[in-house]
Amino acid sequence: MAIEHADVLRAAHLARISIDNADADRYVGDLTRILNMVDRLQEIDTEGVQPLSHPLDATQPLRADEVTESDQRDQFQTVAPEVAKGLYLVPRVVE
Amino acid sequence: MQWETVIGLEVHVQLATRSKIFSGSSTAFGAEPNSQASAVDLGLPGVLPVLNENAVAMALRFGLAIDAEIPDVSVFERKNYFYPDLPKGYQTSQMAQPIVGKGVLEILPEDGERKQIRIHHAHLEEDAGKSLHEDFAGMSGIDLNRAGTPLLEIVSEPDLRSAKEASAYLRAMHTLVTYLGISDGNMAEGSMRCDVNVSIRPKGQQEFGTRAEIKNVNSFRFVERAIAYEVERQIDILEDGGKVVQETRLYDPDADETRSMRTKEEANDYRYFPCPDLLPLVVDQAYVDHQRSLLPELPAAKRERYESELGLSSYDAGVLTAHHDTADYFEQTLEVCGDAKLAANWVQGELSAQLNRDSLPISESPVSAAQLGGLLVRLKDDTINGKAAKQVFQELWQRRFEDADQVIEAKGLKQVTDTGALEAAIDEVIAANPVQVTQYVEATEEKRGKMVGFFVGQVMKATRGTANPQQVNKLLKEKLDALL
Repeated sequence: MAIEHADVLRAAHLARISIDNADADRYVGDLTRILNMVDRLQEIDTEGVQPLSHPLDATQPLRADEVTESDQRDQFQTVAPEVAKGLYLVPRVVE
Repeated sequence: MQWETVIGLEVHVQLATRSKIFSGSSTAFGAEPNSQASAVDLGLPGVLPVLNENAVAMALRFGLAIDAEIPDVSVFERKNYFYPDLPKGYQTSQMAQPIVGKGVLEILPEDGERKQIRIHHAHLEEDAGKSLHEDFAGMSGIDLNRAGTPLLEIVSEPDLRSAKEASAYLRAMHTLVTYLGISDGNMAEGSMRCDVNVSIRPKGQQEFGTRAEIKNVNSFRFVERAIAYEVERQIDILEDGGKVVQETRLYDPDADETRSMRTKEEANDYRYFPCPDLLPLVVDQAYVDHQRSLLPELPAAKRERYESELGLSSYDAGVLTAHHDTADYFEQTLEVCGDAKLAANWVQGELSAQLNRDSLPISESPVSAAQLGGLLVRLKDDTINGKAAKQVFQELWQRRFEDADQVIEAKGLKQVTDTGALEAAIDEVIAANPVQVTQYVEATEEKRGKMVGFFVGQVMKATRGTANPQQVNKLLKEKLDALL
């Protein structure tokens, strides 16, 4: 599978990672090598093998439906850049 | 050209758990902003989500109620996108392996036929927070109390063919989840919202047209209106030789139109992948069986039973089972009075009219089911007549008395069935109205029938409404006809 410069920029944008054109060129090479390895894995016959979502042989533990958390808003908000009326303030987003 | 509308719905149901899906924060509505947002909900580094057992149980009960396939294993995935009210940068959801597989929901559209709507799947996910765009000097305010609230997203197949069917589907879904007790179904508080996929195609064509997705519609009425508008819009485009663009649109109830939400932005690419923080969820047969044993009688079964066992009409059965509160009230009334038809008439008649007048839900009725049942017992055993029953009901509604018997006693409403007393009252009425008696005697047979009404009215008045009208009618006719 071939990856191009534009694909790298797009992936970086989706992940909100800031890279420049020189970075992108370098990543084209790195990512191509990774994808080539994946292509080789694709050659293996996986007929009848269940897709693996997790490598651990364990299942999800469950917790009882109980409220165990108390209000720690003031503490959490000490690290927020800006707050008002109990809200976290962020640069304006309008759809 | 004849167009056919094709609709599929994605309904988000907020599950009525006490705590969030992955943390022990409260889900109560209306708390101070961010007072119910813990480190897990805020996506702080180093936290680990742990799944709420009750959210799993509720999703399974929904699956069993729609007769769905329940897979042994389901997997949580991350749906990645950036928005300030999504602190982690992803929404924990399910995609490839949801908790509930294919199922079916029956709907009854207004003036339509019953129809089976296929459900594609239902999956568990977490809700996002809320963004407030006003009053913060160019900034947006974020409240994360809702972040992490458990949602069950129910995705239908594109089986709906009209706005009416879509709203009937939403109503049936609302009835079902409130029966199951897995959601409070409070649409004003956002407990149930839906995304509507709408497309049109020439009638007879197999292939689907290009669809538009209308986001976040939160009432039965808006669903109908949004679809009606969207269908007209798409027909206009196609008939003018244009093309419908696949896009996300928003319904504006004030302007009664849908508007494009994202035109410039690139298509969403959520890059789903299995969440490494959450292991595969495995449900064994014993657990599923246990959830099945907790299912209440479902709306469709109840409706069927009301018709076949209680002998109610299809209409009555439909109205009484539309809300589980109404069905519960009816059944409690029936248990006391033992007459299904009578209980059905009063619940749908006097009670529901009075509730409407006072804008009260049936759960807050001033007259309890036990009180109404007690009143109907007295109506049935002829202690009181229909007119007195309405008066007793009003007295109970005003909460002046404990039960019907107290009202009957205090107000002297006991029906007079003693023939001697009635005859005396009738004789008095006949003696006091010689003009009317003469008119009666001289009238034709046909007219006499109507004229009896006057005398019945007088006798009822004389007995303060406590006489048995049928008995009065019979005795009066005998006495008057004897004068002919």
